[in-house]
Amino acid sequence: MSDRLPGFNTLAIHAGAAPDAATGARATPIYQTTSFVFDDVDHAASLFGLQAFGNIYSRIGNPTCSVLEERVAALEGGTAALAVASGHAAEFLTFHTLLQPGDEFIAARKLYGGSINQFNHAYKNFGWNVVWADSDDPSSFEAAITPRTKAIFVESIANPGGVIVDLQAIAAIAKKHRIPFIVDNTMASPYLIRPFEHGADIIVHSATKFLGGHGNSVGGLIVDGGSFNFAGDDRYPMLSKPRPEYGGMVLGETFGNFGFAIACRVLGLRDLGPALSPFNAFLILNGIETLPLRMQRHSDNALAVAEHLANHSKVSWVSYPGLRSDRYHNLAKQYCPKGAGAVFTFGLKDGYEAGVKLVSNLKLFSHLANIGDTRSLVIHPASTTHRQLTDEQKTQAGAGPEVVRLSIGLEDTDDLIEDLNQALDAA
Amino acid sequence: MRQMPVELPCPIPYVLAMDHSNYPNDYIRGILNSVKTIALVGASANSARPSWIVTKYLLERGYDVIPVNPGLAGGELLGKTVYGSLAEVPGPIDMVEIFRNSEAAGPITDEALALAPLPKVIWMQLSVRNEEAAAKAEAKGIKVVMDRCPKIEFGRLSGEISWQGVNSRMLSSKKPVLSGKGFQKLGLNRP
Repeated sequence: MSDRLPGFNTLAIHAGAAPDAATGARATPIYQTTSFVFDDVDHAASLFGLQAFGNIYSRIGNPTCSVLEERVAALEGGTAALAVASGHAAEFLTFHTLLQPGDEFIAARKLYGGSINQFNHAYKNFGWNVVWADSDDPSSFEAAITPRTKAIFVESIANPGGVIVDLQAIAAIAKKHRIPFIVDNTMASPYLIRPFEHGADIIVHSATKFLGGHGNSVGGLIVDGGSFNFAGDDRYPMLSKPRPEYGGMVLGETFGNFGFAIACRVLGLRDLGPALSPFNAFLILNGIETLPLRMQRHSDNALAVAEHLANHSKVSWVSYPGLRSDRYHNLAKQYCPKGAGAVFTFGLKDGYEAGVKLVSNLKLFSHLANIGDTRSLVIHPASTTHRQLTDEQKTQAGAGPEVVRLSIGLEDTDDLIEDLNQALDAA
Repeated sequence: MRQMPVELPCPIPYVLAMDHSNYPNDYIRGILNSVKTIALVGASANSARPSWIVTKYLLERGYDVIPVNPGLAGGELLGKTVYGSLAEVPGPIDMVEIFRNSEAAGPITDEALALAPLPKVIWMQLSVRNEEAAAKAEAKGIKVVMDRCPKIEFGRLSGEISWQGVNSRMLSSKKPVLSGKGFQKLGLNRP
């Protein structure tokens, strides 16, 4: 193949995946093995010393997982990636590589609830302190920066849907203060938004959602943009200091513009252990082959359903940036002109009880706590995921009593609309 | 007065201007396929240093790597005799690999251009760039690579680097080529 950069559809199918060297198998084999034989003793020593490329043990790397890694790195336009057990593990290893105890990072307040919990509670045990900022007001990130700020974290399209973040504005602040800018690109997928093109340095994914896309496998990815120079930067000792684990090697220097991904693997994944199963990697890879087709259909379907709901007598509001009247519509046109994704929220005029009834009346939509499935999904956050919060907290989190969240699947929109109509009529 | 005929200078070897920010894969592959003897200037005895790692990797791939470092001259590195300068290396050198900073790449290139026979390639390591030195070498018909690592390029073209989740920017519907014994070495010449 020539050196011309292949298109997105081609990369979604081919990047990282050549026929198997030993058997010629064309689909990526599931290398369901814990370990790999060394060619000889010297080869083993080279692998353990990070002096040769190769496979040792599936906690550190696995050939099925590495196809997924290269695939996602290529789709995002990054230098390298690391596949891990979940989106949470991707966040965990990313922060583990960047932060020391007592350090801070700034995160957008509008995030997936699981990330809010992880940052507020689990990370406190490591001495990693989250400082919250408002993604609708980029200057709030700059105001929160201190000498201990080691990272800035946002979602490109923010959960529970309907929020588009001005990545370029926040990236400019991060660059000015020399702070790595991390973007969770789960909701958009690289088909809709490619955050490296807008100034991100690191991308994380829950591959569980649109990358895998079929609701069958939990997984996560860390993608290195290669844009942040960690070498010689004392604030990031995992990358800039000699590592005693590897005979004094300086990872950020030895591995250049993919040093961050390598550090996440050889310090984070190796020592903390949230490895992805090769079987899950295989299923996620299969999903990615149709990512461009699915993501377009998800977005087109979501727009059709959102437009219908916006005109429904029992619906008080719909928050979907694909709608012309939406406050984020201009940002959506700038960042994701092909579509605004599958997930959005709407409000019911009759409040909490109507939400509970709607969810139980739906016949095609599945009531569950996930997004990014081929199937359409629904959740009433106030009675489920956000149940423990006070009414005020629920409203702040975008999960007021009247709020329903949908993740629109790939079915016929006529059927989705009919299901919503009958459930709303009965609610 | 009649004008004297102007004597034309000897024709200089014609070299296609190389875009040093974007090397074609075939250019790099051609170099890695054609060179055999590589003098590595800035060799290190410290196994944690990138220059040591690259020396070992290239030796394992069958290249005859000759370490050059005045501080280690006369000693052995990975079983190879270390020389104090390029001029001291006995026998012809196919490629000079410069593992020093961009400024030092200037005088090292000058040393390389004083060799007889001339090397075929001058390769400056990742983060090393010296446009002036490159132009001088190219004027003598020598191929130049700057700001690249031969280990990364070998790994990228062979497919080995993909095992580390690195974006090789290579697509192929052909099998990788196994190289040597075992399964964890791949060859350069995948179709």
